Amino acid sequence: MGLLNKLDPHIEQFGSGNIIITTVDKLLNWSRLSSMWQMFFGLACCAIEMMATSASHYDLDRFGIIPRPSPRHCDIILISGTVTLKMATRIKRLWDQMPEPKYCISMGSCANCGGPYWEHGYHVLKGVDRVIPVDVYVPGCPPRPEALLEGLIKLQEKIRNQSTYQKTEKVS
Amino acid sequence: MDINEIYNKLKAVFGDDIIELKTDKPVDPFIIVNPEKINAICYFLRDEESLQFDSLSCLSGVDFDKDNLASVYHLYSYALNHKLVIKAIVPKEKPELPTVSDVWATAEWHEREAYDMMGIIYTGHPDLRRILTPEDWEGHPLRKDYKVQEFYNGMKVPY
Repeated sequence: MGLLNKLDPHIEQFGSGNIIITTVDKLLNWSRLSSMWQMFFGLACCAIEMMATSASHYDLDRFGIIPRPSPRHCDIILISGTVTLKMATRIKRLWDQMPEPKYCISMGSCANCGGPYWEHGYHVLKGVDRVIPVDVYVPGCPPRPEALLEGLIKLQEKIRNQSTYQKTEKVS
Repeated sequence: MDINEIYNKLKAVFGDDIIELKTDKPVDPFIIVNPEKINAICYFLRDEESLQFDSLSCLSGVDFDKDNLASVYHLYSYALNHKLVIKAIVPKEKPELPTVSDVWATAEWHEREAYDMMGIIYTGHPDLRRILTPEDWEGHPLRKDYKVQEFYNGMKVPY
């Protein structure tokens, strides 16, 4: 029952607890944000911090975030590192292979805006948002694992507040 | 072997194709050679009993000055423990010189990189394609006069 407490106050229990009433939105959002399977996209030094975040010390698994090898299994893509123009075409292709609903986190200055390569990096894409839509930007060069966790929690908040049937907020 | 001895040995065999020896400190002393003869010179450096340059440590492309590019060869002899730097200067309007990939196989990828970054064309190279940038890239990025392209595959390149 501990998990269901997260749905409060939009949950009602009847009888001995076998019947639960909630809204479709809340249930869908809760299930989505509780198992954000991520596609690793480690491209540079940010990947080291991302790996550290996944490892036992910071333990991404406790948020239900586990790395998957195939884009077809994934809910989020975590762009961590310098996006070269050569790699950008691959990112776009893998993003297109991910099933909806899908989200993108841009980690580190390079993926956000080109970082130190903004002026003379002829081969660097100046921000991954020129290729795919980004939901959360995590600043830093590279960001600490705490910062990445903050970004992931921000994304969970975004998912928690979205609506499947109301057109008020963009889903993806 | 001393750089002057190497220079004299080369001079005796190749004559005017060995253009100049420069020993200005602090850079390594280097010999400027005729680019058209680079292949023959390298074969000689490798096979001559008293030189035995069995290793090409590095091959680099250089934007040498306003009108010239250069191909720089850092050679080392494991057998005799001496080293040598050779420069072959080619004009920018026709940056062509023979490959040395048949002398040292390691030159194959080095020459591809020099071609990719500087646009130096190595004639006789078995597979002279771009090695770092995508195949449909425009221009040679490490040239001083390089202008970055506005769009690549629909993606805006400048900031």
